[in-house]
Amino acid sequence: MRIELVKRKEHSRTMALLSPLIAVALTALSAAILFSITGHNPLIGLYKFFIEPLTQQWSLEATIDKATPLILIGCGLAVCYLSNNWNIGAEGQFVVGALFGSALPILFPSFENVITLPLMLLFGAIGGALWALIPALLKTRFNTNEILTSLMLVYVAGLLLDYLVRGPWRDPDGYNFPESRIFSDAATLPEVFGGAMSLSAPITIIIAIVLAIVLAKTLKGFEIRVMGESPRAGSFAGFSAKRLTLFSFAIAGALAGLAGTMEVSGALNQLLPSISPGYGFTAIIVAFLGRLNPIGIIIAGFVLALSYIGGEGVQSAMGVSNEIASVIQGLLLFFVLACDTLILYRIRMVSRRVPTGETSHV
Amino acid sequence: MFEAVLLTVITAATPLLIAAVGELVVERSGVLNLGVEGMMIMGAVIGFAVANQTGSGSLGVVAAVVAGMAMSALFAFLVLFLVANQVATGLALTILGIGLSGMIGEAFIGVPGLDLPQLYIPVLSEIPFIGPVFFQQDALVYLSFALVAVVAYCLFRTRLGLVLRAVGDNHGSAHALGYSVLKVRFMAILFGGACAGLAGAYLSLAYTPQWVENMTAGRGWIALALVVFSSWLPLRVVVGAYLFGAVSVLNLHAQALEFDIPSQLLSSLPYLATIGVLVLISANRRLTLVNTPACLGKPFVPDR
Amino acid sequence: MKRSQKEIKEKGNEHMKSLLKATVAAVAFAAAGSAANAADVKACFVYVGPVGDFGWTYQHDQGRLAVEEKFGDKVETAYLESVPEGPDAERAIERFAREGCNVIFTTSFGYMNPTIKVAKKFPDVKFEHATGYKTADNVATYNSKFHEGRYIIGQIAAKQSKTGTAGYIASFPIPEVVAGINAFLLGAQSVNPDFKVKVVWVNTWFDPGKEADAAKALIDQGADIITQHTDSTAPLQVAQERGAHGFGQASDMINFAKDAQYTAIIDDWAPYYIERVQEVLDDKWHAGSAWDGLAEGHVVMAPYTNLPPDVVEMAKATEAKIKGGWEPFTGPITKQDGSVAAEDGVTLDDGAILGMNWYVQGVDDKLPE
Repeated sequence: MRIELVKRKEHSRTMALLSPLIAVALTALSAAILFSITGHNPLIGLYKFFIEPLTQQWSLEATIDKATPLILIGCGLAVCYLSNNWNIGAEGQFVVGALFGSALPILFPSFENVITLPLMLLFGAIGGALWALIPALLKTRFNTNEILTSLMLVYVAGLLLDYLVRGPWRDPDGYNFPESRIFSDAATLPEVFGGAMSLSAPITIIIAIVLAIVLAKTLKGFEIRVMGESPRAGSFAGFSAKRLTLFSFAIAGALAGLAGTMEVSGALNQLLPSISPGYGFTAIIVAFLGRLNPIGIIIAGFVLALSYIGGEGVQSAMGVSNEIASVIQGLLLFFVLACDTLILYRIRMVSRRVPTGETSHV
Repeated sequence: MFEAVLLTVITAATPLLIAAVGELVVERSGVLNLGVEGMMIMGAVIGFAVANQTGSGSLGVVAAVVAGMAMSALFAFLVLFLVANQVATGLALTILGIGLSGMIGEAFIGVPGLDLPQLYIPVLSEIPFIGPVFFQQDALVYLSFALVAVVAYCLFRTRLGLVLRAVGDNHGSAHALGYSVLKVRFMAILFGGACAGLAGAYLSLAYTPQWVENMTAGRGWIALALVVFSSWLPLRVVVGAYLFGAVSVLNLHAQALEFDIPSQLLSSLPYLATIGVLVLISANRRLTLVNTPACLGKPFVPDR
Repeated sequence: MKRSQKEIKEKGNEHMKSLLKATVAAVAFAAAGSAANAADVKACFVYVGPVGDFGWTYQHDQGRLAVEEKFGDKVETAYLESVPEGPDAERAIERFAREGCNVIFTTSFGYMNPTIKVAKKFPDVKFEHATGYKTADNVATYNSKFHEGRYIIGQIAAKQSKTGTAGYIASFPIPEVVAGINAFLLGAQSVNPDFKVKVVWVNTWFDPGKEADAAKALIDQGADIITQHTDSTAPLQVAQERGAHGFGQASDMINFAKDAQYTAIIDDWAPYYIERVQEVLDDKWHAGSAWDGLAEGHVVMAPYTNLPPDVVEMAKATEAKIKGGWEPFTGPITKQDGSVAAEDGVTLDDGAILGMNWYVQGVDDKLPE
């Protein structure tokens, strides 16, 4: 007996709905095993990890706060990945966007009026887009591998932020500590719905929905998908791969930069030597978990944020180490990727004697 | 002085070199495994743990290699058998590896490590300058050079290498010729995992003999960059790894010599240099097109 | 063989049973609401690194464990590790405030503004922020005078160095690190006025590989004493390997460098944590700013090893002098640019030390802007 995959004639709709559920169930099972082998009660662990955060208002709000940047960055990355552009440097674009966005309140603190915030957001998007265009230009111009250049630029962006916050942009009244001045109210993203969430959450949801429509209904969306699936067919249709590379990187960078600015303006209120707990990298997972679909990404972002909040919950309540959350995230992603196979393929048992030649047995 | 600097560069470059050579073979077979960092850190923690428990550095090294291979087998299962997206799977492998290694390593924090003995090659190691640099290193340094030589030879002078390159360049034709694309890729991925695990062991047993969480500190990613930097040629990986090691070590020397440059700029030099060289190399179309595995990152599902 | 397997199986069954029982009890408990705390006081800790860094966070966690040991059932503790500075920190602190913590220790400078923010929302919870400068009615700050220890190791370095040069691996140019470099050099100059210190900024608190490379670079450039304001044991291991010497940072690192470590500057947070938790228990807690050193036992010198008796004597004498109230930053102190920082006999005030952004004369480096 051997097991092999057989391609389905078309996507299985049932599996498309079922596979994430199977993946979550498998993750929960592995998490339970992990809890018990580390000497913790698996049921309490699962409850604290997956359910408790949903039962309290403050933890729900915290989950939304955490999910927002992940969703926004993930949406931009989806545009890149759909069109076969492997931007994994969103972390750097997030940081540079935040730097551009913060330039106004830091360099011109007295510039306080109604357009301060919109200008900051605009600068943030531009900054992120410019940073993202570097690997895009290197790719279109010199054929340089964008995975690596965009990644290298993450480190450079981090050091640039570090330099600015410890040097020229340091708070003049901050006893030389590495932090910028605190933003004025005019430069602070307001809270909405009675303080339940930052304005960034509704902005993000609107952008995701708009993007979903663009991808599904417009010519641009068609172009992105065609060029991703078959660049040759796309070029016959008159689409330019190079232009699309620049476009998708710019969109991804702009959204990451916007997320960075909103994070700095809404949550931090100042620049610090490090402003992102790896949002740009986690968003890659979010993009894939959400199947590169903005609506899926909203859900995926929420699930992943939940895993962070839940991870802290089990840590503080049960003394489980911080690593367990990262193991569970890794497993979740593995299971989702594995289960998604079922959408395109079905599994078949074949008896040994069938001479199949090249098979994918493991 | 120069000799001492060179010695430092060698230790900084060796883990990069080992991991990069492994990944080069993986990519030559047409698979992109972004999980080098995760496999490396698992190698580091398992290598340390086993060496610590058994008192044998060599057993630790072997265990690290096995750990790296186990991680890579997981990756292979997903991307080859389940045809999962390689980029996402590789990232997941890194996340998983960092988490798992932290959990496993908890018991070994603050425990001094076992230092791998340095191999002094008699007579030769006493030659001034050349002796200490070339014949007075720990075993893994020699191994890294042997590894490069073997990979370079196999890749371009043997049938095995020919098949591997064929699979990476055109999996359809390789399949039609009767080669098992998935088997070749599986082996290549395992080899990559073994190398990453070995590189991890070098970190926790030779470079800084101890276990601390996150001790790979991004070296897996650098190894990935080096593969492209080398345009998939093993001998160039050596150049790249040593160049990178040299830039990061010289940065520290420049500071100690009081160059008046922001340290952040110096710290970002290795990354900028990598981008610069990537551009130079990839701008040369003839060179890249010849060596780039054409099927890199593309999944292969045999038709039946 | 068979029997032992059976035994294992039985044990496993027992284990399963007790696990099930515990599960039922715990779920019931969770359902009943986790308000009922057996302990009188819950003390919670937010850490910036993993408890396994064997440096900064490790020492804070040792302090937490000391609190548990001292108070037993009376005090419950909890911690969150590797909490990034920023919004995650705010959430972590708020979680503790909501989960019924009575006192929350936030142990990184970057937690300052989040701590203040959350403290405003929870006036009944007491907050303790390490290394910051903002206080409130329910926010105290605490820090230790690590520079006292650095003065002593500076003296040892000058006595022991043959090349007259020490290498200093520095993390980030914040006042605490700069003050450490200055104190080290002042100590060294008190023994050998021509003593030099070479500084390398590695821009990280923790990267064993990079710290090791920096140590090697410094040794290659003529330093035979290595000291560091980063958290790993790697520099000491390099010193050990290369026959140089050095000092432990944050914890006693003698196990990593038996022949190379002269002493270590140990952060001992236990006395402070025990004192403050006791005050919470007695309802006597007040916000304030604690900044203590050798005298109060918050900074502890590890045993002096690998040193000749006269140097040990000198180090102990200096230690006693500092414990007696002498401040290492006592004039005459000349800045790098030649201007006077403190006249003869004048002591710098706490503000000047906590906000230090200049080098003393003799540092072989330019302070990063």
